[in-house]
Amino acid sequence: MATLKRLLVAFGQFWWEFLIGENPDAFFGALVVIGVALLLRHDRSVAIIVVPLLTLVILVASTYRGRKRASN
Amino acid sequence: MTSAVILALAVFGASCVEAVEALTLVVAAGTTRGWRSALEGAATAMLLLVVLVGAIGVPLIHYVPINVLRVVIGGLLLVLGLGWLRKSILRASGHKALHDEDLIFAKTVAQLEGGEQTPGRGRDAIGFAIAFKGVLLEGTEVVLIVLSLGASSHRLGLAAAAAGAAALLVTVVGFAVARQLREVPENTLKLGVGVMLTSFGVFWIGEGSGFRWPGSDLAILVLIGLFVAVTALSIRFMRSMLPTADAKLPHLEARQAP
Repeated sequence: MATLKRLLVAFGQFWWEFLIGENPDAFFGALVVIGVALLLRHDRSVAIIVVPLLTLVILVASTYRGRKRASN
Repeated sequence: MTSAVILALAVFGASCVEAVEALTLVVAAGTTRGWRSALEGAATAMLLLVVLVGAIGVPLIHYVPINVLRVVIGGLLLVLGLGWLRKSILRASGHKALHDEDLIFAKTVAQLEGGEQTPGRGRDAIGFAIAFKGVLLEGTEVVLIVLSLGASSHRLGLAAAAAGAAALLVTVVGFAVARQLREVPENTLKLGVGVMLTSFGVFWIGEGSGFRWPGSDLAILVLIGLFVAVTALSIRFMRSMLPTADAKLPHLEARQAP
């Protein structure tokens, strides 16, 4: 039982590190992009502009924040 | 057709980057602990990764609704792509040290040499474990990319073949040049793959959400162009934010020092 628990914790930690780890912005940014895409699914002309632009904003903001962290 | 070519390129590029990182650890384990254990460790991990692709990929394609699959996979690609792009921009602009395979090789060798006596031609648990772990961890990212891109476009075979070709190429070239892995333009590769993964991610999220992109698959090229332009601008902008002119690209300069 203890071994199983340890394995599950290690498995969870691996995925946490893999998906969120040092860059949580990408994970939460992706969730926001998915949410906005689903909200705008009936408005194609808006969605095809907003979804890529939102992704670009997340990329630039995340990189800018990363610069601050790297210099600390 | 367009998306098939880009898919193959994205998987190939991503696999090259990860294979170089894995090979560094395998070569370090092989030269210090013996080649037999290192190669066995690497082969066992490769086998496990192939089983994973078959065991997870095939059911994904057959049993999960395609639009759900595309949104989830698009999200996963976006997480990976944005992470790779961010890191590559920071490295290219000098805000973060470049990934130095020679340094990693030297550190791993030093750690391994400090361990128990190398057993010569016999099996060595440490050498096996280091090679196994290196290939498995780096390979997991490749498996995710193969599954994501392959399953969402029903081209799992093509994606797996592109990953296999990259692993083979890096293995052959890597062993030929052994200690010159730093010559691989890893950051440029990572940047290119990051652009492709992010573009595919946005594309599949849109398709899975239910809106169709104008031009169908050709929209991927437009997205790639958009991300390339913003990445280039970001690198220029970030370079201009370095503290002083003398301090520009310190990590690049440090690498060129003898």
